[in-house]
Amino acid sequence: MSKPSGQRSKGVNGWLLSTPALVLLLLAASGPLLIVAAYSVMEKGDYSGVRWVLSGEGWFRVLFERDIFDQTVSLADANLSIFWRSVKLSIATTLITFFLGLPTAWFIATRPASSRAFWLFLITIPFWTNLLIRTFAIMEVIRNQGILNTALMKSGLISEPIQILYTDTAVLIGMAYVYLPLMVLPLYAAVDRFDFKLIEAGYDLYASRWQILRRVILPIIKPGIIAGSILVFIPSLGAYVTPRVLGGGKNMMIGNFIELQFGQGQNWPLGAALSTVLLLVVLVSLVVYTRVSSRDNQDG
Amino acid sequence: MAKPRAFDVTTLPGFTFIAILSFVLLYAPIVTLVVYSFNGGNSVNQWGGFSLEWYVVAFNNAAVQDATMRSLIIALWAAVISTSVATLAALGTTRRGKFKGQTVIYIIINQPLMVPEIVTAVALLIFFSSVKLATGYSGLGYLILAHSAFCIPFAYLPIRARLEGMDTAMETAAADLYATPLQTFRYVTLPLLLPGVIAGAMLAFIISLDNVVITEFVKSAGQDTLPTYMLGQLRRALTPEVNAISTTLLALTIFILIAFALVTKKRN
Repeated sequence: MSKPSGQRSKGVNGWLLSTPALVLLLLAASGPLLIVAAYSVMEKGDYSGVRWVLSGEGWFRVLFERDIFDQTVSLADANLSIFWRSVKLSIATTLITFFLGLPTAWFIATRPASSRAFWLFLITIPFWTNLLIRTFAIMEVIRNQGILNTALMKSGLISEPIQILYTDTAVLIGMAYVYLPLMVLPLYAAVDRFDFKLIEAGYDLYASRWQILRRVILPIIKPGIIAGSILVFIPSLGAYVTPRVLGGGKNMMIGNFIELQFGQGQNWPLGAALSTVLLLVVLVSLVVYTRVSSRDNQDG
Repeated sequence: MAKPRAFDVTTLPGFTFIAILSFVLLYAPIVTLVVYSFNGGNSVNQWGGFSLEWYVVAFNNAAVQDATMRSLIIALWAAVISTSVATLAALGTTRRGKFKGQTVIYIIINQPLMVPEIVTAVALLIFFSSVKLATGYSGLGYLILAHSAFCIPFAYLPIRARLEGMDTAMETAAADLYATPLQTFRYVTLPLLLPGVIAGAMLAFIISLDNVVITEFVKSAGQDTLPTYMLGQLRRALTPEVNAISTTLLALTIFILIAFALVTKKRN
């Protein structure tokens, strides 16, 4: 490491030292994404893989299907219902985690400094705990002989167990459960910076509690709300493990549908096209996020 | 930030209730899982008294032993590789002011945090399957490579945070005393940076150990790690054995997190 002398040497050093990490990432993370995009415009191979012939069939099949006999084109209802379920469940997950997450973040940020680290640690444990383990845990609770149904039956509220497992509701409960920490952490970061004197000022000016929340708190912590929502929405939309375990085979989301194309479905171009769609949605959300947060920063 | 104490403006109606509810909802399932892992008897539905039976079953299961070894080997390699390259990258991208292309480096390093795992998994499946075909090699190397890559941002963040909080005066002093750049790095920078490096390695280790989706797509036949083994078990039925494995992994995660908290707290 030579002494930093001038803009040029800083840049050279920066790139040089970053090279091993960049090579590894381009080889085993970013680079292969380009192959996916390329595969999406190839012709489907006989069993799996692709033939090296350009074809729009993969993209066509994302939304449409052809009748086997007379080749008439129609919308692929099965695909549309999977997309709709994915979007619907992801939005619902984001909303649930927000309504649970905001009070939780607020609660942690208003604890005395000495115990705040403890409450925060309680959020970080589930955050770092294996997603599969947390999905198993929620399965223990909601399955037919699980504690929820057992408790409800013992109390006499129901006589038959409610079938929650392997429904959309199960997937929703599971996703809200596993992604809640992702909402709480950025919200906490925003609330922690919040100046509580502003609330006092609001009360002095005869604002109601609702007005304080709506007109003072929410606008100020908006960047945290957007960050949390994106952090929950993106993994929800691409969720694979949770819908597979809790949704059973039937209640697929996009992630499972993509896997199907590379497994039994044997349609790699379609799978690649679906992956590219997912990637584009994520990209757009991130661009929107950067725009909104940089605008907010300019507003001061 | 001093908060007014007399009239507590920080309380909002219902917030404390929902917050407590959230903590209960977060922990009740995990506690249930842990409790049921100590359940004696063959049924997952009935409490048959406290027993370590399922831990014995799990630890004596050859498939579990193999998967555990594989998980640990991959996680160790991934932690070492990702932390090494992340340390270099952090040294290159902090404390030197802005340089051209820095944003590009940030985006590439953080890319695994943004791209849905399923997309990366599919991309690696396509890429590695043709490499496998071309080279004939189908060992653990692919998994180690994939894990090393997606662990980089997790290793990078704490190291960068540590570097940004570090004073450059010590290094300047070393250089003034005619230390070579390598000596300065070895005897000044690295020891100061070490807590960040250890923290980064810990996070990388946990992230690798926990990975399901990418591993599931990249692994060759007979290369189950602990999480993919558990996912496979679920195709049949929920067994108390899976609960026992989950509880063990959970304990390991909490142990590493506490160690992480101690390492980062002590020096900061």
